[in-house]
Amino acid sequence: MNRKTLYSLAAPAAALALALIVTSLALLAGGHSPLLAFSKMLKYCFSKDSGAVITNKSLPLFISGLAVAIGFKMNVFNIGVEGQYRLAAILAAAAGAQVHLPGPLHVLLVMIIAMAVGAAWAAVAGILNVTRNVNIVVGTIMLNGVVASLLGYLLKHIASVKGGMRSTTTLPKSAWFPDLVQFGKGSRVYAFVLVAALVGVIFSIVINRTRFGFDLRASGVNPGAASASGVNPKSMIIKTMLISGALAGLIGMPLLLSDAHKYTQEFPTGFGFAGIAVAIVGRYRAGGVALAALLFATIERAAQILPQLPTAPPKEIGTIMQGTMMLSAVVAYEVVRRFGEAAAIKDAAAKAEGVTA
Amino acid sequence: MKWFSNLPKTRRNLVTALVAFVVLSLVRWASGENALTSQFTIAVTITAAIPIAMAGLGAMMSERSGIINLGVEGMMILGTWFAGLFGFHWGAWAALAGGAIGGALGGALHALATVTFGVDHTISGVALNTLAFGWTRFLSAAYFKGRGAGSETNSPGFDTGKTIVIPGLGSKGPLAVLEKRHWPIVSDFCGLIRGLLAEWTFYRAVAFLLIPLVAFVIFRTRFGLRLRSSGEKPSAADSLGVAVNKIRYLAVMLSGSLAGVGGAILVLNNNGGYQEAQTANRGFLGIAAMIFGNWRPAGVAAGSLLFGFFDSLQLTSVGAVRGLYLAGVVAAVVAGYMAIRRRSQRLLAGMALLGAALLTAFLTKFKLDDDIVKGLPYLATLVVLTIFSRRLRPPAAAGLPWRKGQTT
Repeated sequence: MNRKTLYSLAAPAAALALALIVTSLALLAGGHSPLLAFSKMLKYCFSKDSGAVITNKSLPLFISGLAVAIGFKMNVFNIGVEGQYRLAAILAAAAGAQVHLPGPLHVLLVMIIAMAVGAAWAAVAGILNVTRNVNIVVGTIMLNGVVASLLGYLLKHIASVKGGMRSTTTLPKSAWFPDLVQFGKGSRVYAFVLVAALVGVIFSIVINRTRFGFDLRASGVNPGAASASGVNPKSMIIKTMLISGALAGLIGMPLLLSDAHKYTQEFPTGFGFAGIAVAIVGRYRAGGVALAALLFATIERAAQILPQLPTAPPKEIGTIMQGTMMLSAVVAYEVVRRFGEAAAIKDAAAKAEGVTA
Repeated sequence: MKWFSNLPKTRRNLVTALVAFVVLSLVRWASGENALTSQFTIAVTITAAIPIAMAGLGAMMSERSGIINLGVEGMMILGTWFAGLFGFHWGAWAALAGGAIGGALGGALHALATVTFGVDHTISGVALNTLAFGWTRFLSAAYFKGRGAGSETNSPGFDTGKTIVIPGLGSKGPLAVLEKRHWPIVSDFCGLIRGLLAEWTFYRAVAFLLIPLVAFVIFRTRFGLRLRSSGEKPSAADSLGVAVNKIRYLAVMLSGSLAGVGGAILVLNNNGGYQEAQTANRGFLGIAAMIFGNWRPAGVAAGSLLFGFFDSLQLTSVGAVRGLYLAGVVAAVVAGYMAIRRRSQRLLAGMALLGAALLTAFLTKFKLDDDIVKGLPYLATLVVLTIFSRRLRPPAAAGLPWRKGQTT
């Protein structure tokens, strides 16, 4: 194995190890046995249904990770993914319930509406940034706050009360996304997994094989040099925000089209913020983000068994593990980068010596 | 207007504030919406502004030393949790100390990542926010669940200490009587004074003292000078023997403490109850106040008052919102006048449109939906940042990677 791959594997391994240590300490502090907890968690991952649950859960995490990653890659920190996907989900759900179309077209329409809403909402922060110099992080956070109030308003005005819960009209069957496989009762894998795979492949190609992807990566590494070589930083920010927002719009789709079929007060939240962690651990690459999403979904699933142990550790231990992994991952990647740089300088020095000698 | 532009900057701000007060008073008088400047409105505005100001001062402290701190929200979250724990065990003063300690822990993590390991400041800050949320969820399940009214999302409450009413300023005092006459300017002044000074809790006093204290430390002490030089040109500071990294560690931890105190005050305001998501993005409002205040303490305080006003609108009456329409019309007229002087037709058209819309809303007594009112602080922040973000001067080295010995 060459040094480069070794370095790139060392960082996530170190992050995982540190997360395990911190989690163990937290468990010990609470009077629980870490060994028992981890072995039960591991066992639970291989129990019946776990595979399907983990796969389904990882889908929104993966898409969210990609939405965050494309921005972070060029230092456009879109923290507004959370608001973008929720606004997109409710508007797409409401609009989708109003039309009748043949199956695939209907699903496509709902997805396109969601992507358009997400992109438009994200673009607001981008436009404010390039025209008025409003910080992207602060701008997107404020837009998240606006979305939270808008959702309350929309649920009151375009949704109705059913069974004590406000929800939009249920989507007609033609807008239901089919399942890929079903095992017995209740255990199923959404066919959205194919869409996610396609999005991942396109993401990878766009970033690594196109002019836009090159400009994006260049702007991230050295904005000054990129700008000097003819990349327009303002239009790059707008384009990145548009793509990031469009991807964010897709986050709610596996939940909406394959599971709930309507937007309710209890539509899952938090995928936007989880996406930040997934993107960071996954190093902003499609493959890495996919692995990180699977890892996070696995941790979340495995933690569900914890309250059933004799000492009943809280299942929030999973959140700690994820959070610690994220912060230790950024640190580990930075340390590895410095090691790599130092090694490269040493190599160059050794070569230069060889030339002069 | 020449005399105005010839005044020194502090006087100019004073005159602006005075004119704004008179205009607000006249708007209140003309519209009959007395809630606009009542003691209640002003008191809740200040209550809402204090945590934002603490977070803003914290963010400023860190950025002045060269470390961008978007983790203030997370540090504030840690502050609320530790305040809940300390307050439950040892009382109200301990809650304040707990907030400072919790925030400082978050600050230490941020400093470790950014100063020692050179991680991108934004990423570290964002990571810290997520981390703080996850950790407090777990800690609450471990420490609050099953104790009194505690659960995995909230702590059991505690006694938060007495509220002292200053004699003569209470609801039966002479100023209250004058306020109820609803005379222009005089009654508004009484409402302002009463809202500002009538009721005191120990933590409000601490917060009021912290603002000038932070200003003093940053601008009048040796530590402050070193802190600012680390944020402007670390290589120069380093060459003069300033221990830049040490200063930055201290600054970021103090920054966390301030944000944590802000969180503790939120807990104390809530009858001593920690609640998950209690901070509700106030850390970010603090950052916005810092940007609005151009990285200066007085500016941060002013920005916090502005955002605090919008934050408290959901508590104050519908009348305040209506009065706000009229105040908005006045602001649009002023901005329109400036547009004419600057010959910007686009701005003039925009202001005419805005003014007309607000005037219609006022005349038709348009009632804003409750949920929309909840979003107003965020919307107002966006608008304020949109207007003010261009003429700013952040610390020159804030956010740039720097390692000891580096000479540029």
